[in-house]
Amino acid sequence: MDLSTKYLGLDLKNPIVPSAGPLSADIGNIKAMEDAGAAAIVLHSLFEEQIESEELELHAHTTEHNEQFPEAVNYFPEPVDYKKGPEEYLEHVKKAKDAVEIPIIASLNGYSAGGWTDYAKKLQEAGADALELNVYILATDVETPGATIEDEYVKIVKAVKGAVSIPVSVKLSPFFSSVANLAKRLEDAGADGLTLFNRFYQPDIDLENLEVIPNVLLSTPMALRLPLRWIGILYKRVNVDFAATSGVYSEKDALKTIMAGANVAQVLSCLLKYGIGHITDVVNKMKNWMEINEYKSLDQMRGSMSYMNVPDPSRFERANYAKVIGSIK
Amino acid sequence: MDRTKVTIDGNEAAAHVAFRINEVIAIYPITPSSPMGEHCDAWSAQGMKNIWGDIPSVSELQSEGGASGSVHGALQAGALTTTFTASQGLLLMIPNMFKIAGELTPAVFHVSARSVAAQALSIFGDHSDVMATRSTGFGLLASNSIQEIMDFALIAQAASLKSRIPFVHFFDGFRSSHEVMKIEQLSDDDLRKMIDDEDVLAHRQRALNPDHPVLRGTAQNPDVFFQGRETVNPYYDKAPGIVQETMDKFASVVGRQYNLFDYVGAPDADRVIVLMGSGAEAAEETVEYLAAKGESVGALKVRLYRPFSMNHFIDALPKSVKVIGALDRTKEPGAGAEPLFLDIAHAVSEKYNDGALPFDYPKIVGGRYGLSSKEFTPAMIASLFDEMKKEKPRNHFTIGINEDVTNSSLDYDPSFNVEAPETLRAKFYGLGADGTVGANKNSIKIIGENTDNYAQGYFVYDSKKSGSMTVSHLRFGPKPIKSTYLIDKANFIACHQQVFLDQVDMTKDAIEGATFLLNTTVPQNEVWDSLPKKAQEDIVNKKMKLYAIDAYHVAKETGMGQRINSIMQTAFFAISNILPREEAIKLIKDAIKKTYGAKGEKIVQMNFDAVDHTLDNLHEIEVPGTITSDKKVEHVIPDEAPDFVKEVTSVLMAGKGDELPVSKMPADGTFPTGTTKWEKRNIALEVPVWDPETCIQCNKCAMVCPHATIRPKVYPKSELANAPETFKHAAAKGKYGDDMVYTLQVAVEDCTGCAMCVEICPAKNKSETRLKAINMEEQIPLREKERENWNYFLSLPEYDRTQLKTNTVKDSQLLEPLFEFSGACAGCGETPYVKLITQLFGDRMVIANATGCSSIYGGNLPTTPFSQNADGRGPSWSNSLFEDNAEFGFGFRLSYDKHQAQAIALVEKLRDKIGGELADAILNADQNDEAGVVEQRKRVASLREKLGAPNGDASVRHLLSLADYLVKKSVWILGGDGWAYDIGYGGLDHVLASGKNVNVLVLDTEVYSNTGGQMSKSTPRAAVAKFAAAGKPGSKKDLGRMAMTYGNIYVAQVAMGANDAQTVRAFLEAEAYDGPSLIIAYSHCIAHGINMQKGMDNQKAAVDSGYWPLYRFNPDLVEQGKAPFKLESKGMQMPFKDYAYMETRYKMLTKSHPERAKRLIEEAQEDVEKRWKEYERLASFKPDAD
Repeated sequence: MDLSTKYLGLDLKNPIVPSAGPLSADIGNIKAMEDAGAAAIVLHSLFEEQIESEELELHAHTTEHNEQFPEAVNYFPEPVDYKKGPEEYLEHVKKAKDAVEIPIIASLNGYSAGGWTDYAKKLQEAGADALELNVYILATDVETPGATIEDEYVKIVKAVKGAVSIPVSVKLSPFFSSVANLAKRLEDAGADGLTLFNRFYQPDIDLENLEVIPNVLLSTPMALRLPLRWIGILYKRVNVDFAATSGVYSEKDALKTIMAGANVAQVLSCLLKYGIGHITDVVNKMKNWMEINEYKSLDQMRGSMSYMNVPDPSRFERANYAKVIGSIK
Repeated sequence: MDRTKVTIDGNEAAAHVAFRINEVIAIYPITPSSPMGEHCDAWSAQGMKNIWGDIPSVSELQSEGGASGSVHGALQAGALTTTFTASQGLLLMIPNMFKIAGELTPAVFHVSARSVAAQALSIFGDHSDVMATRSTGFGLLASNSIQEIMDFALIAQAASLKSRIPFVHFFDGFRSSHEVMKIEQLSDDDLRKMIDDEDVLAHRQRALNPDHPVLRGTAQNPDVFFQGRETVNPYYDKAPGIVQETMDKFASVVGRQYNLFDYVGAPDADRVIVLMGSGAEAAEETVEYLAAKGESVGALKVRLYRPFSMNHFIDALPKSVKVIGALDRTKEPGAGAEPLFLDIAHAVSEKYNDGALPFDYPKIVGGRYGLSSKEFTPAMIASLFDEMKKEKPRNHFTIGINEDVTNSSLDYDPSFNVEAPETLRAKFYGLGADGTVGANKNSIKIIGENTDNYAQGYFVYDSKKSGSMTVSHLRFGPKPIKSTYLIDKANFIACHQQVFLDQVDMTKDAIEGATFLLNTTVPQNEVWDSLPKKAQEDIVNKKMKLYAIDAYHVAKETGMGQRINSIMQTAFFAISNILPREEAIKLIKDAIKKTYGAKGEKIVQMNFDAVDHTLDNLHEIEVPGTITSDKKVEHVIPDEAPDFVKEVTSVLMAGKGDELPVSKMPADGTFPTGTTKWEKRNIALEVPVWDPETCIQCNKCAMVCPHATIRPKVYPKSELANAPETFKHAAAKGKYGDDMVYTLQVAVEDCTGCAMCVEICPAKNKSETRLKAINMEEQIPLREKERENWNYFLSLPEYDRTQLKTNTVKDSQLLEPLFEFSGACAGCGETPYVKLITQLFGDRMVIANATGCSSIYGGNLPTTPFSQNADGRGPSWSNSLFEDNAEFGFGFRLSYDKHQAQAIALVEKLRDKIGGELADAILNADQNDEAGVVEQRKRVASLREKLGAPNGDASVRHLLSLADYLVKKSVWILGGDGWAYDIGYGGLDHVLASGKNVNVLVLDTEVYSNTGGQMSKSTPRAAVAKFAAAGKPGSKKDLGRMAMTYGNIYVAQVAMGANDAQTVRAFLEAEAYDGPSLIIAYSHCIAHGINMQKGMDNQKAAVDSGYWPLYRFNPDLVEQGKAPFKLESKGMQMPFKDYAYMETRYKMLTKSHPERAKRLIEEAQEDVEKRWKEYERLASFKPDAD
């Protein structure tokens, strides 16, 4: 039984890859993920904006009251050296690399033009095997057309690809009017893979306190439908590797993503819910299912249920909505 | 040998040497010496080594007494040991100084000399502290300049080791300790050459050591003590010679020759002044100027004051001397003269008697100058020389003030100037928060370290902690700078904050052709018209150049916020031409990289951007020949202000306190209260505005307001008849009677704009949830109307105190605060508590206030925040010292109790005259609540009426003078954690144990806030503080639990931001408790590194994490069979680190020492859990029903 897969040029023993999230911030968890059978790990994101804001906050709070009052020209002992945000993250990448044998994929959320490339280079230097760009542009400005946002994605990918030699995937949100066209443009820009899709945390409203509150909900298996559809549509039509993310809970979910055309299935919510050991369960059950159903390898099934390969591709399309509605009647 | 040139201040210069030579450093923070200890602690934390290849150990003690004890111990055990202190700190060291000297122990104490508190405290410089140590046996070596501080720190150490006489090495507080100057830095090699290993080994050999045991510190009897005391004579006889030899050796090693007394001026001078300290620099500058003009004058700089070498002194004077002027920077009331004068007079007299005076007996006069950093200028020195020309020169004079009571002062001509014309003299007016001082320190470094110019910087801060003005005085030039006084003849003046232009006459100090740089938001073509009339006149008459820049705009564009430092610095270099423009910009950028590089690229880039955008926004403004403005620079005091405010306070407020004559000052340090209200500082850019529709009238905003600038009032609707048009009101919610209305009014001219009120407001606008019942709006458009509204609000009657449920937050805030508009920081976490006690008990309270933040915002001139109600009652306040505050307040109680007892006895005695019924009512009055106190006041009024005039009856006279003590007096002892946990703990413990009825309020900021955030025993584990740069490794002392062990002390722990109702209840119970009470109040602080607007959120998080449990321990409950300890918070609702990492004091450790931070935060979590369990156990205790 061959569960191995290739993703971003990396040879992986199976397609289960924990996705960027809080668990990978801890080296202990990273080791546990490897022990449980993870084939690679995407680290939690390095957020340039957050690093900058933390730096600015620290600077502001340690200096804002300086030189105002004769008895206290300052209020904090200033260390000669700070472990700045990126340094901490870069050290984490190094530690993760030292701790496990499996590939480590760093995740980067840039902010400034220079930030994407500078941090990408640093992550490569720190030993990351690949990069996942967590591009996160929420278009709230009514004056900004969609095309501008898309151009920005393309620009970032080109810049990062020009700066590093390790493979680069792009994690996308589903909120584009033409996901397929953008995927193609990103391929042309040099992306080696696409991670579909980034799930934004949607805010909630607190009725008691009249506040908008960030509300982190785990993804549900239902969320899988979105990556399934789009990986299915894009497979072989856009020549990059695919990682499916959102809603992968079970071996069946993972198998579906491969059949749609994914190279790997990224998992997070199920690990937060069931624990890191759940990876072992998923991998074992995948193996069982493939044995029972007489599949020899993942390559054999990859894309078998894609737009290219199904008898009725229209099922992936918009028209299919009417049929579903019809079937309910 | 080429030595490194450094641009540093005096404190750093002393610390540089002290750190490198010593092995043990024991310190305690006190202004202005604290930075010496802080430097050493920081260097030690960085692993920097001394010349012995070792990292000195730096320990903070609980007081200067403690520090000197440890120094004594370390010296006895053989280590090279030092300490740093000033003022009261030095006084606390005196007992050990006698011991250290008596035991002939070499050591150097570095002292930034500061006034000793007398009629008032002062943090500024004079010699009253070091003069108080004259009899200890310590040598006294004076440094006059920053270079000398570094040099003499070394000479003192070498000479002490050689002579076995310990030394105080002193220099003037602030003028020298804080003056930044380019100097030559002594190398480790210099230090090694100067310190003789043999002396060090001999010191070590004398150490107490069980391997060769001795006993030192015997108790001696009359038979031998005297003889024992005289054994040291040869050491003192030799010491001056040893110091001179050391100075000579220093000259051969380093090249600078010093002598015990250094004479400067005309070789054949007939008039010579003698002085020591920074004033000697100005004296040297002056005599050089006058001598060059042919005046026969000179100055003798005293280096070694103790042991005083008469031979060296007499030899150093020119043989031509006819008149000696002795200048003392201290005052000894009652003495025949000040100490230096007496030493000089004695030396001359003794030498004369011995027939060894090499000149005719001169006239000797003396006087005082420069107390508490009073300016000492060439004009004053020249005036003294003029006086000394007279046949009968004035003696026992004062100079620099107008002493119009005994007429001792010498007049002088302020326009007299000796400064070298080639020296560039620049003055910068900035706002505390805008980075002006930091930028100027940086400019001095840039010029000092990249050109051959000499450079000097001195910085003047005001005593407010919010909206304060800073004035930087910078000198650069090709000649050495000896001008140890402020600049009043400037060729460059910069106003970094537009608002100050209308308050301060800045251009008065400009010389002809000077440049004026203004930061203003006014468009280029309107700048001229925006200037005050006086500024326009000066600019025209003095042919000044005018430049303007909108630095706020550049700062905003480049993300710099309020920090306009790099922008104004670039503008200064661009127009001062002190360096080629391109080179200056490169050097500024290098400095930015060096200063901020460790903190992140973004910060560096933002500053670079700011520099790059400056020149495009900097414009020369054409100066028209005409005056277009009629705006005056003045502070208007209303007619209704008391005379004292008009004649004295207003002068202080205008920054002209130097002009006040002695006759205007209270003779005993007593000042009227309630004067902050005349100040109207208008420092808030935005102020809260009330929305009556949304408001639920909870009064939480008033509760948290640190400056008492937002106030509610409930009053009859009929009062609205004459209300101003924009005066707002709403129907009063609650049971206040029919037709009562409610107003929430803001004193916009007194508000600091902290927005804590908005943050705490629980009411939200139902249509626009971004709005609350109070919202911040721009102040200027509101100013006029709200001034009128505020005055009207004050004229409305107060609600009857006796009818309010003062145990609720809402009603407690309807009580008039008698603490208002203090100089505390915007968003201060302490002052809401102080205000609350004045609301509850202000009309009957007396406050003993420990030195610290609360004594500064409570008692620092010019104005006083403690105020009075309509009856003229209010808190009476005093500050004794830092260390003795509990005892001080205890003394209040003893007096009150004594006077009350005497009054009671007299009531009994005069029962017939008073009437039995009234007498009994007075004697049996229950004064445990507001109504009880009010009733008793009425009875005492009746008593006075009944007693009438004394008509010679002594008992009546005495009862009339004591009758007020029949009304309850509430004694409050206030202070911070530095006092309560450290320096004052022994006294606090004793006073609490006394059982007396005193109320202690500890404003716990968990660091020494006033002196800049040093660690106390209240500092929590894992937090960074000064002297705990790597995070405090130990846990916070549980002061409350220690007090509870006595069993009869009321103890409460409160945090207003977490539970304001519990705070109010605790205050009321504590005061009502007939015995000692202790309230520990969580006080968020700028030293925590937080957003002060959200300070109450931090308080809540501290409680929710279980770190700061709320509780009340009331011993009275035991008698009622109830559990005395009530735990009133819910415990660990969130992990400690979620609270801690809201604050920079914890967070920065994760950036500086990540691994240690992780360990300490886990240990801190364990502290929380352990303490909580212990408290739960206490709460479960039920007294036996029996």
